[in-house]
Amino acid sequence: MAIHKDHEIHHRRFGRNLGLALVLGAFVVLLMGLTVVKVTSEGRALAAQEAKQ
Amino acid sequence: MSDASIHTPAQTKEASFGDFFALLKPRVMSLVVFTAMVGLLAAPGSIHPFVAFVAILCIAIGGGASGALNMWYDADIDAIMTRTQSRPIPSGKVTGGEAYAIGMTLSVFSVVMLGLATNWFAAGFLAFTIFFYVVIYTMWLKRWTPQNIVIGGAAGAFPPMVGWAAVTGGVSVESTLMFLLIFMWTPPHFWALCLFMKTDYRDAGVPMLNVTHGRPATRNHILVYTILLAAIAIGMAFTSVGGMIYLVTALVLNAMFLVGAVRIWRRSDAACEADEHKVEKRFFGLSLLYLFLHFGAILAEVALAPHGLGGW
Repeated sequence: MAIHKDHEIHHRRFGRNLGLALVLGAFVVLLMGLTVVKVTSEGRALAAQEAKQ
Repeated sequence: MSDASIHTPAQTKEASFGDFFALLKPRVMSLVVFTAMVGLLAAPGSIHPFVAFVAILCIAIGGGASGALNMWYDADIDAIMTRTQSRPIPSGKVTGGEAYAIGMTLSVFSVVMLGLATNWFAAGFLAFTIFFYVVIYTMWLKRWTPQNIVIGGAAGAFPPMVGWAAVTGGVSVESTLMFLLIFMWTPPHFWALCLFMKTDYRDAGVPMLNVTHGRPATRNHILVYTILLAAIAIGMAFTSVGGMIYLVTALVLNAMFLVGAVRIWRRSDAACEADEHKVEKRFFGLSLLYLFLHFGAILAEVALAPHGLGGW
């Protein structure tokens, strides 16, 4: 049976990859959230403007 | 064979995620986040809470990006000063090129995202802030003039104005006074640090005031800036972001800060050496509390205003 022991550097690389994945995930969430907020708030403003007219 | 055996000692310097995060100067970022948040919340008008969150995040990322670019450019002097020797680039964990790439990418990202989320005036202001810190302060003033910290301090003072602009799309007396509060606070804050970290800057060849003009001149400057700062800090109490809570906070803190500045002004080098710069260190500690409580008081005025307690 082969002896396999992870070096500390592997943990560090895993942490770096995980960190990057979380940052990219957060970016996707941020863009989605911003799109939803912009579309709904501008939609509401447009509806209010039309109602006035 | 264990995987560990194939690695050389040099490889163990490989950066962790935390090392890349350290490039963004998280401690400075916390000040940027707090002051930008106060500027944003104190501004007249309303903004969607999620847009406000994105705006503050963008300002924080922009501040962090300029920190990374500062570390890229200043890697040579960071390696000399004991206070900065453990930073990611001088410690060999991150290369200068990586820091530059991260700084530039995050700068563009933060400006574009702020523009899309709020308005392009605020985005342009953030871009100017990054430019001011990296080019005007880091590349030009820092190594050229003992007034480096005075003019360069503007970069750290812009975030509340950017936060204000994110809501209003412009500037006002109130946002300018918030800028001036940090702008005038930065020199006494840093010069107090220089008085007890004196050899660091001298060894690195950075022309800090205490290195070029001596410690007595630095003490004079601390006192003058503290007096001017008190006028601005108390003056802000009589604007739309001020109120009784802010006025009392400003009066107490400025009295304490002035007493500290006078104590520093009256000290001799021998007295400083004898008590290991106790008074200067205390003044430096107070300066951190000073800024936090001033902006905290503005926040309290804003939070209590809807209940009829904040403001005038």
